[in-house]
Parts: sequence; C-alpha cells; structure tokens
Amino acid sequence: MSAHENSQPLKFIPASEFKQRTSEAVSDELLRKSFRGAMDFLMAKRATQFPDPVALEAQRGLAEHIRKYSLAHLPDLLEQLERNLTANGIQVHWAENAEQANAIIVGIAQKHSAKLMVKGKSMVSEETELNHAMEAVGIEALESDMGEYIVQLDGEKPSHIIMPAIHKTKQQIAKLFAEKVPGASYTESVDELIGIGRAVLREKFMTAEIGLSGVNFAVAETGTLCLVENEGNGRMCTTVPKVHVAITGIEKIVEKLEHVPPLFGLLTRSATGQAVTTYFNMISRPRQPGEKDGPQEVHLVLLDNGRTQAYNDEQMRSTLQCIRCGACMNHCPVYTRVGGHAYGTTYPGPIGEIISPHMMGLAATHALPTASSLCGACSEVCPVKIPIPDLLIRLRGEASHDARPGHAPLVGQGAAKSALMDIVWAGWAALYTRPALYRAFGWLATRFRFLTPPMQSGWTYSRTPLKPAARSLRDLLAERKRK
Amino acid sequence: MQRDTPSGQRPKDVYFFATCLVDLFCPEAGMDAITLIEREGVTVHFPENQTCCGQPAYTSGYADEARAVALAQMRLFENDWPVVVPSGSCAGMMRHHYPKLFAEDPILKAKAEALAERVFELSEFLLNVLKVQWKDSGKPATVTLHTSCAARREMGTHVHARALLAQLPGVNVVTQSHEAECCGFGGTFSLKHPSISSAMAGDKADALKETGAEAFISADCGCMLNINHTLQKRGDAFQGKHLATFLCERLAAKGEKA
Ligand code: SF4
Repeated sequence: MSAHENSQPLKFIPASEFKQRTSEAVSDELLRKSFRGAMDFLMAKRATQFPDPVALEAQRGLAEHIRKYSLAHLPDLLEQLERNLTANGIQVHWAENAEQANAIIVGIAQKHSAKLMVKGKSMVSEETELNHAMEAVGIEALESDMGEYIVQLDGEKPSHIIMPAIHKTKQQIAKLFAEKVPGASYTESVDELIGIGRAVLREKFMTAEIGLSGVNFAVAETGTLCLVENEGNGRMCTTVPKVHVAITGIEKIVEKLEHVPPLFGLLTRSATGQAVTTYFNMISRPRQPGEKDGPQEVHLVLLDNGRTQAYNDEQMRSTLQCIRCGACMNHCPVYTRVGGHAYGTTYPGPIGEIISPHMMGLAATHALPTASSLCGACSEVCPVKIPIPDLLIRLRGEASHDARPGHAPLVGQGAAKSALMDIVWAGWAALYTRPALYRAFGWLATRFRFLTPPMQSGWTYSRTPLKPAARSLRDLLAERKRK
Repeated sequence: MQRDTPSGQRPKDVYFFATCLVDLFCPEAGMDAITLIEREGVTVHFPENQTCCGQPAYTSGYADEARAVALAQMRLFENDWPVVVPSGSCAGMMRHHYPKLFAEDPILKAKAEALAERVFELSEFLLNVLKVQWKDSGKPATVTLHTSCAARREMGTHVHARALLAQLPGVNVVTQSHEAECCGFGGTFSLKHPSISSAMAGDKADALKETGAEAFISADCGCMLNINHTLQKRGDAFQGKHLATFLCERLAAKGEKA
C-alpha cells in the first residue's frame, strides 16, 4: 500500500485565520514544549559553528553580496542558465504560477506513462502542492525525505522548511508508523523507525519512473543544478528513475560555480549546525552514451509564483536573497511558540511572513507581517542579511494603504485598510505634533489616572492595566525648578 | 560598540529626550537618568515641546504619521549637543530609522543623519562619553538584567548596561535563560497578538524570576512595564526597575541636584 492511499486529506489551513490558530497553538503545552526544545537544540548547534563573530560577519557580508549580485543580474542570468542547461541536454520549463508548474510536471509524467514519482525534499513542490496535482491524475507522488515521508503519511504539511516533521514527538511517529505502514510494529527506537521508512522507500526507488527534486543553487555559467541533502534520498531520486524533474524558484540562481561554496558553507551551518552535509549533488546533464547510470531525461521547472513582484521593488527584492536555511524560524520567539502550521503557509516563520504575501497576495496574508515584535533575532542570524523587520514594516504599510503614487500596487494591496485605524493614527499624529495639546493630554491623563480603563484591549489579556504616573516627567521637572 | 560624540569632546550640555513612555508612565526613571548625567557636571536641557519619537506609527506601517511626529522632534535639537535617550528602543528609532524615514528628502535626510550621530542611549552615554567612575554605596544585591531587543540589536548597548553594573562591587548580576530573547512587548504587537505576546512575556517573567535575583533591571520602560504588569497580574511581588533608578539608589544619588 502506498503512503498516499493511507493518508487522510491534507489538513489545509487558510492563512486568513491566523489569529485564531496562533491562540490555539500557544495554549497547546505539548506543542510549545517540543518546539522550544527543538529550537533550543538547533540554535545551540548553529552557535557552535560560528565561534568567531568577526569571521561570521565577513562571511555573511560575502554571502549577501553574492545574492544581491545574482538578483541584480537576474534576467540575464536566467537566460544564461537556460542556454547552458539546454546545451547540456537539460530541458528547461518556465512556470508563472503553481498550476502551470504542476501541469508541466504532470505532462512529463504522463508522457512516460508514469505511475509513481519519488520525491526528494522540495519546498517549491510544497508551494505548488504538486502531490495533489499528481494524485488527481492517478500518479502516486511519494516523499522520500524521512521528515517529508512522515508528514505525508499523516496528511499534513511540513511545519519547518528544513525539518518538516519537527512538530511531532517520537511517540507520535511510532504510533503513526504502526498504524499506517503495513507490517510495521510499534517501536520508539529512532533507528528502527528509520529502518521501517527505508524499507518502504528502497523498493519505491527501484520502480518509480520519475524522480523529483528541488535545487539549492542553479549555476548559470556552467548549467549546473546543486542539491544539498543529508539522507541520500536526493541522490536516489535524481539518479535511479529514468526521468529526473527538478523544480525551483527563479531566484535560486548564481552566476559562477565559485559563488556556491560561500553560500553552501553558511547554509548548512545556519540550518543544522553542520559544517557540511552528507551529500552535495551537482547535476549537469542526463546520462551520456556509454554511461551506466543516471536519468535518461533531466528537466528543470523554474517557478515565478509572485517572486517577480518582490523582484520589481528595490527594497522587497532582498526577500529573494533567501537561501532557505531556516535559521530565522529557529531563532524566532513567535515561531517557537506557535509552530509552523499556525502560519497556514508553505513557508512559516519570519521568511514566510515576508515571502508569502508575494505568493498568496496580501488579502490572505496581511496578518502575518503583524505577528512580530520586530525583535530582530531573524535578521541577526540570517546568513544573507535580509533586513526582515524592515520588510515586515513595509508590508504592514502596504497592507493598510493604497499603493503610493508611482508604485504598482501589490497583489492584495490595501487589504487591511481600516478607516478606524486611519483615524486613530491621524489622531495620534495630531496629538504628538502639537506640544501644547500633548501637554494638556499628559496633564489630564496623570490627574485623572483613576479613570484608567481596567480592560485595555490585548494588554490586559495577561497583564494588569497600564496606569499613568501621578505626575509626568515634565511636571516633576517643573516642580524641581520651583523648589 | 565604542561610540563617542562626533567631536570626541566631553559635552557641557546635553539634550534629554525622555520618550512618551517615560514621561507618562515611568517619570521617576527619567528623573533618575537626569540626576546621573547632572552629577557628572553636565547641564541637562529638556526641550519642553518633545512628545514621542514616532515609533508606534512607524512600526505599524503608518509612515506619514510617523514622519510628521519625527519631524516635530528633529526641530527641537538645534544645538549640536548630544541627545540622550533613556531607552534603547526610542534611541534606535532616532538613530537608525529617522534617516530611512526621510530617505526621499535630501535636506531632511542629511538632518536626520546628523542627528543620528549624536543620539545616545543612556547607558552608552554614561559609559563611553562621560566615562563615569562610580563608588557603590549599597548593600550586597543580586539582580538580573533584561536588555531590550533594540538596545541589543540596533544600538548594541547591552554591553554598556552590564559594564555599568559591573562597576558596583556590591551588585551581583546573574543571567537568565534565553537572555537574548524578546519579552514580547513589541509596541502594538502586544495589542494585536495578545496570546503570542503574553506567552512571550510569561516565559520572560519566568526566566527572570528563576534566577533567584531580588529584582530585574531594564534600561527600557516598554519591556519593564510589559514584564512588571505580567508579574503583577500573577500576584507576584518580583518586579523590575529601570537601570537609572537602580543606579541612583546604589550611588545614593536619588533626588540629588547638581
Ligand atoms: S530569510 Fe535568511 S535566515 Fe530565513 S531562511 Fe532565508 S536565508 Fe535563512
């Protein structure tokens, strides 16, 4: 029996109900504890890789520079990539949105009368919900990354971009395997659990007609697709089946091979605290005459899905610098408390808050950029120095206003516009730009502090009411002068 | 970070920008901050027309409103004296975000950049510019320090508060778990996402209390109010104190007038 036949329908959660879900998530003790533990572990592992803050700053500066350079030349580099891949015998496809990407992949699979596709880890294929598109035409799509396999078995989405099943405890996984994997008996031994998954997947690698993978870096100058992984399933997916389809976002490009090592070194250290991963695959062509292995056909699907909107804006373009290391979520105090599913997006955490509005529009996602205290822990660790808090502020502004003159509106521009909030902030500005008015306000607020309302919106949810002091600082200073 | 005044000279006069929270909610902390500067022989000027740095509107995406309020403050500091702010968060706003707010106006941008150079958070000003040398006169005490995220990541002033406390031999500073983590205040974040913000504030209160310290010290009123009111709601007597107040107490300088 296959994983998808066992799985329930996907527990899809709309991004628009974000507030309700986060409230539920923070009161889930088990979830809170397991995320805190996992994130503490990942933060500590990362920290051991960067003992020298000065060296780290230099590396981040270089990585940022490489990513900015790549984006500054994006159109040219994409053309160059297509030329060189094509010359190497890799077929390039362009997809503007998720549907197009899925249709392309379904088309390739159908051409080969495929019944089974094995998948290496690919967040972009999560973004397009490829598995459902495949299943809709009767082709099994099986996740072969252990974490992805677990969430697929349970009909869920990944809760973390690097560790998809991080929300699950060992006991939950043991139970899931015993229930859903035919012939598996209950065990809490991690090695045995991995053994069970391996046994299922081994056989599938041999029979699958199509292997799918993501891409970490696409090198324009050489036409090379780089894939970073630990389990070896990525290598299986890209070498055993007769057709390999890679899918990635248009931003994952660099110009030269020498641009890869600085990014790779920061990616693995930031993500899992590893100096290198077990596997680093470089795919440059299909099987050549006389070669004994490798796929006969290699395809690359380049997906836009809203990325161009970010690209078109000078400030928001930095969103596309991301190399998907996940460090921003590991260090995010909000993500740590609500977990990945609460976001209702493919990419959770800080990067999800700044990229999802481009992919899904602000109407569905405007609550996400508000779910941050702007503490800056994300940008402090981001290996490519994306100024995440600045982008959150920018998106808050775009969600609550019409497009500024001379700027193209974003998808869902102004979705959170509120006449009430406009009045509140106009009133606030009127008060704080008129010193005499502000002084009168301060005088009244302190003299009539007994009138302070006992319920103060979100503040008193878990705090005693905020009350002005008996005298303001300016009153105290005036008194002191008189003395 | 070792910042000094642009001229590198010890100033005779400074501006004091109290912030709206200190003015109305923590005025004692403001008085104590002024005392700490005055006792070093520096004249403190309090521009009467100051209100708020503009941060609440800025971080809420209301840039025009923030700009109007920021501009009203920028006009108050005509002499080239340092501007001392008893809050890492508001100092960060003036130092790092004013130039961005006025990026599209060359004249105001230049003005904002010049101002940014002389904005100091209180503890870095005391340590780096006034180079205070203190004599501790309090009983032995154990405290823990909570640094605001802006002080830590925008101003880099978490080291200065720690260094000031280290000048006091009677004060033992213990470190809480997850020290660098946000307390969950985040201005309007605490109103917009009360459940997440409360979870963060609750965890921070726990971590501070678990140190066994008799109080926690913070150089930011926003964090301090957030954590204190969380503890009060629990009926907990453990509370935080503004750094300036704690320092004044230790130096027996409270209410001193130069
Ligand atoms: S935004 Fe930065 S920290 Fe977050 S996943 Fe991307 S590269 Fe990593």
